Amino acid sequence: MKLIQFIGLLCLAALAGSVQATVFNAVQLDKSRLDFTFKQMGVPVKGGFSRFAAQLNFDPAKPAAASAVIDADLSSIDAGSAEANDEVLGAQWFNAKVFPRARFVSNAVRALGGNRYEAVGKLTIKGRSQTVTAPFTYVGQGATARFDGAFTLKRADFAIGEGEWAAFDTVANEIQIVFHIQAASLPAPRK
Amino acid sequence: MIMTARQTTQAYTRTAIALHWLMAVLILVTFSVGLYMHGLHLSPFKLKIYSWHKWAGVTAFLLLLLRLVWRVAHRPPELPESMPVWQRMGAQAVHGLLYLLMIAVPLTGWLMSSAKGFQTVYFGVLPIPDLLTKNTELGNLLRAIHEWLNYLMLALVTGHAGMALKHHLIDRDDILVRMAPWRRAIAKEKRT
Repeated sequence: MKLIQFIGLLCLAALAGSVQATVFNAVQLDKSRLDFTFKQMGVPVKGGFSRFAAQLNFDPAKPAAASAVIDADLSSIDAGSAEANDEVLGAQWFNAKVFPRARFVSNAVRALGGNRYEAVGKLTIKGRSQTVTAPFTYVGQGATARFDGAFTLKRADFAIGEGEWAAFDTVANEIQIVFHIQAASLPAPRK
Repeated sequence: MIMTARQTTQAYTRTAIALHWLMAVLILVTFSVGLYMHGLHLSPFKLKIYSWHKWAGVTAFLLLLLRLVWRVAHRPPELPESMPVWQRMGAQAVHGLLYLLMIAVPLTGWLMSSAKGFQTVYFGVLPIPDLLTKNTELGNLLRAIHEWLNYLMLALVTGHAGMALKHHLIDRDDILVRMAPWRRAIAKEKRT
């Protein structure tokens, strides 16, 4: 009897442990989005990336241990129009032949209270890196979680738009990045 | 006595004349810019000239509204009795069509801009709401409509100006003079 009770307790503890340690580690790319907004002649223009990769490790109980890597395939850009899509891959903008991807890496997530968090990380575009802070919200629903956030980068910090495009009177310096990441919790592979 | 050969029956108001010529210049310039700009390679200049084209179009539309209100309140002078009925009807039909085009051309420009995903923000300050959401195919269709309405307007404006000259040089009536910006000066000269 005692043994059965003991095994039962063990099972409960294991169950409680697994509930506590819901780590969202499998990004569902088809349900995630990476978009941006910028102003051109005072006109807000929406854009986005249709191809990107994302690795995530987020445990709401241990946000400090979270990590994220997001790689955007720059050639998948929608910059508002077909001619803009061609233009921004060129040397003056992303120089995508040499720098095909933009990368965000964060190992520093902190809780801001409620469902709000912020990720501090390194954003690398066109061979230039900057530290950025991306506030986001986390909404968990069973085995899936949604992360929504936004931050603003200055294109001049990454030399996005050089030469005739360097001035901000036509294309503004500020570009707002908006992300929506959906991730599932998958058990770690057995060793 | 010979001076009075061109009988000035009735006159357009000073405001009607000013609006007519202001819009004539604005439309000609905006049309020419539109013809020139779409072949440009993407550059800051192209983005600027597109914006100015749109702002000019909005301005022309606003001036047209003002002009229509003025026209309703101030009846324009009749066409001379010396003109055959079919000519008077033709002239009125062309004038009516020109008014319709002055409405339709800026409207299609605004709609195509919306459908192509670019809101029109008047002088970069006043956002004009988008009636359409982004839709590339609809944008291309509206572009074609905008373009062809412009060519139709070009044909009508050419006819309109040609007929005004014909009235002045061949019929020797006051049709052109009564819309001329220097009309007042001539009237004054006559009186003295």
